[in-house]
Amino acid sequence: MSPAINRRQALLGIVGLGGTVTGALAVPAMAAESEHPAHPVAAPDAVAMLYDNTICTGCKACMPACNEANGLPPDTALSGGLWDVPADLNSKTKNIIKLYREPEAPGFAYVKRQCMHCLDPACVTGCPFESLKKSDWGAVTWNGSLCIGCRYCEVACPFEVPKFEWDHWNPKIVKCEFCYGRLHNNEQPACTAVCPTGAVIYGKRTDLLARAKDRVAASPGKYFENRVYGEYEAGGTQVLYLSKVAFEKIGLPKLGSTSLGHYATEVTSVIYKWLSGPILVACVLGAVIKRNWNRHEAERPEREKKTGLRDQL
Amino acid sequence: MFDSLVASSKVLETIDERLMRCGVSRRVFLQLCSSLMIAAPFALAITDKKTPEEVAAGLGKVIRPPVIWLHFQDCTGCTETLLRTSHPDLGDLILNIISLEYHETLMAGSGKQAEEALAEAVEKYSGKYVCVVEGAIPTRDKGIYMRLAGRPAMDVLADVGGKAAAVIAIGSCAAWGGIPSADPDPTGAVGVADLLPDKAIVNLPGCPPNPYTLLGVVLQFAASGTLPELDEEKRPKFAYDRDIHEQCPRRAHFDAGHFVKQFGDEGHREGWCLYELGCKGPDTHAGCSTRHFNEIPDVWPIGIGAPCIGCTEKSIAFRVPMFKVIQIHTLAAPPSTYAPIIAPQGKVSPIATGLVGLAAGALAGAGYVASRKFSTAEADQSVPGSGPPGDGGKTEGGSKAGPKASV
Repeated sequence: MSPAINRRQALLGIVGLGGTVTGALAVPAMAAESEHPAHPVAAPDAVAMLYDNTICTGCKACMPACNEANGLPPDTALSGGLWDVPADLNSKTKNIIKLYREPEAPGFAYVKRQCMHCLDPACVTGCPFESLKKSDWGAVTWNGSLCIGCRYCEVACPFEVPKFEWDHWNPKIVKCEFCYGRLHNNEQPACTAVCPTGAVIYGKRTDLLARAKDRVAASPGKYFENRVYGEYEAGGTQVLYLSKVAFEKIGLPKLGSTSLGHYATEVTSVIYKWLSGPILVACVLGAVIKRNWNRHEAERPEREKKTGLRDQL
Repeated sequence: MFDSLVASSKVLETIDERLMRCGVSRRVFLQLCSSLMIAAPFALAITDKKTPEEVAAGLGKVIRPPVIWLHFQDCTGCTETLLRTSHPDLGDLILNIISLEYHETLMAGSGKQAEEALAEAVEKYSGKYVCVVEGAIPTRDKGIYMRLAGRPAMDVLADVGGKAAAVIAIGSCAAWGGIPSADPDPTGAVGVADLLPDKAIVNLPGCPPNPYTLLGVVLQFAASGTLPELDEEKRPKFAYDRDIHEQCPRRAHFDAGHFVKQFGDEGHREGWCLYELGCKGPDTHAGCSTRHFNEIPDVWPIGIGAPCIGCTEKSIAFRVPMFKVIQIHTLAAPPSTYAPIIAPQGKVSPIATGLVGLAAGALAGAGYVASRKFSTAEADQSVPGSGPPGDGGKTEGGSKAGPKASV
């Protein structure tokens, strides 16, 4: 039998290995700051959707088309098995048409909700295993084989888009992936392909942004704040909205123009700068342990005397 | 005129020649062509034209197809629907367009005469005629439950159907067994396709099916020698490709959630959706919702307020109870319901909150008391000699020392 390594050697080994791993992890973490600029610029080939709720008639053709393209079952929980009527985006619904009604006046507005495909997505920044990824043409896609089901993406997303499949033993994260497979087949997403009125259209982000601005310029005062939602929100998104009512009313939150990933890295880059955060925590913990140990040592002779036994610790 | 008809029946003539001989007006023929264009709009070369005149021109040159019509276990309903096309002219016309060689209900002759006519037609047009089968065929006990001219129905079908160029099974009974095959099925009734597996067969299920579907298939076969495109149950796609629910005139009421709850109630009188009365429309493939019967709008079950019984579907008709509500498989988002901007969240009642709080408090309290008791008990045990003898390894030595000292 070979001589076993003693306790001291083992501890040293563990500390050494741990330090190496931490150091290796710290390098990409530090580099990440430059990957998340405050105002990200869209890639030249970035695709986009433009939704205009002055054109949408609420026919909901996009909802079954989305379900069909993504192999999703209809959500019939609210209709007793008769209709596909989801209450919100959920694990069976990647795309939904919602209705806003003015509380007093007779006004109303539709809104189509799905993933916004942010230029710098908070879900991707939050994902610990790169399961969510900014893929070709800027589509935010989900890779189930890497997902650990932590649901950080669900918490991180300011638009409340990623949904967790609660009713399944091996749950997925369900979110719109810009019909990534269809894009690869040179097809446009199912919802834009099926829309009969052109309320939601597909194209390059630069083209659609120009078109949206043309629409605003052509009829000033028609659109809320005469601007396009998604041009700068959360650093810019690849789904653009034009609305006749306030964006907050149709569920699009008021967000600054700084990317959320940038905020996150601002915090993490301070905490993890030169590993200062972990080292500080380790020092505090070490101090507490040391204090307790000293206290224990001071009391030991008395305790041993009292019990007549050797102290075990 | 009768003499000339008898003479003409010896040779097959074109449809134009026949109609002229019978004095059928062109107007009536064009009416039929229009009906045919509506009933069989696509997938049929003869009706894939722009105007009824073009259809009539193409149809007129077609040689009248000889048809032998066999009746087995049936109610003659399919024949009746052919005869009950609303204009009496059209019913006659259909019989003039096809050359009906043998039909037990319609032929004047009977007994020996009729059977001779059958044998003659089968021999004369062997391999050329279209065999239309109406009714299921009994197979149990070697098919003894039905005999025609002394022969079991199975043998007649094997003989007449076997020599046909194509076999058309009209009605649900001929398609898969229909009513005679319903539980308990005393005669072992089966459809034509079960007995002639290698034959070119077109199923036209329905109870009854639309007669124009039959006419379309027969004329397509006469004109080009081909059968229309069929689905997996051998039904022609041009008539059976969509389900009733898709184009039902009452669909708007389904989407709006307006359901008839009971025959004769307010909704029934308003013409609401019959789904909750057990309508099988969502699972039934047939053209009824767009092509009504007797050339009169709304002449079809749902049109007169009766739920669809799914008569064209083998898995539904005469198997699923008529008024049983079925599960819907083809779901679409209805246009009249929308999700609100902020999804409704479930609310927790104050009583439930209080109860859960009490339970949690009780558990926490119990845990604290238990830990207190536990730690005092442990403190007592840690004093040597205070525990019972033989309590642990260390105290054991002490207790052993005790008796030794006493000795």
